[in-house]
Amino acid sequence: MPSAADIKQRIEDAIPGAQVDVEDWTGGGDHFRATVVSPTFIGKSRLEQHRMVYAVFGDEIGGPIHALSLSTKAE
Amino acid sequence: MSETENPLRDAIAEAISENDVILFMKGVPEAPACGFSARATACLQALQVPFASVDVLPDPRIRQELSALSNWPTIPQLFVKGELVGGSDIIMEMYESGELAQTLGVDAPAQAPESAPAGADPAPAPLGIENRLG
Repeated sequence: MPSAADIKQRIEDAIPGAQVDVEDWTGGGDHFRATVVSPTFIGKSRLEQHRMVYAVFGDEIGGPIHALSLSTKAE
Repeated sequence: MSETENPLRDAIAEAISENDVILFMKGVPEAPACGFSARATACLQALQVPFASVDVLPDPRIRQELSALSNWPTIPQLFVKGELVGGSDIIMEMYESGELAQTLGVDAPAQAPESAPAGADPAPAPLGIENRLG
């Protein structure tokens, strides 16, 4: 079961310059909410930005991570 | 439709191309089975947009094939005129900013709510429930 800190670390490791905040929404370790701000998002659509974050977790989304709610910002 | 070994994926692609607005969700608009699908439904209903919907729950392959097709891992997924608009986070952001109304070609609600319309007034029933994929 990943923790909010694990999720944050993995996003920061994968997306250059990312400032990440992760909250465990339900306290159950499977519904998370992440805010990700990164300069690598500049010029990308919101759809592409979210895809980049989802890609960090691959099949874990919908598996051990039931939900990862995202808010992304290019900066 | 091209002949492939994957009739389910073809059926999903066909549903997306045949419906201007289609929401793949957990449950049905009258009874969403997940909070994220409920919020996506509420946004569409608040804009009074008729939409088709597909419940992905009856068969896990629907979700697998949909995600393979759309390159999007989560449910719900909203498509407008054949294009993926996004999942519930994007739908809500776009609803709140007025972009969703724009994308759907309707007027934004007269009184823009401060947040997504979780408890919005029930809108007219959607045109039809597409569920031939199950």
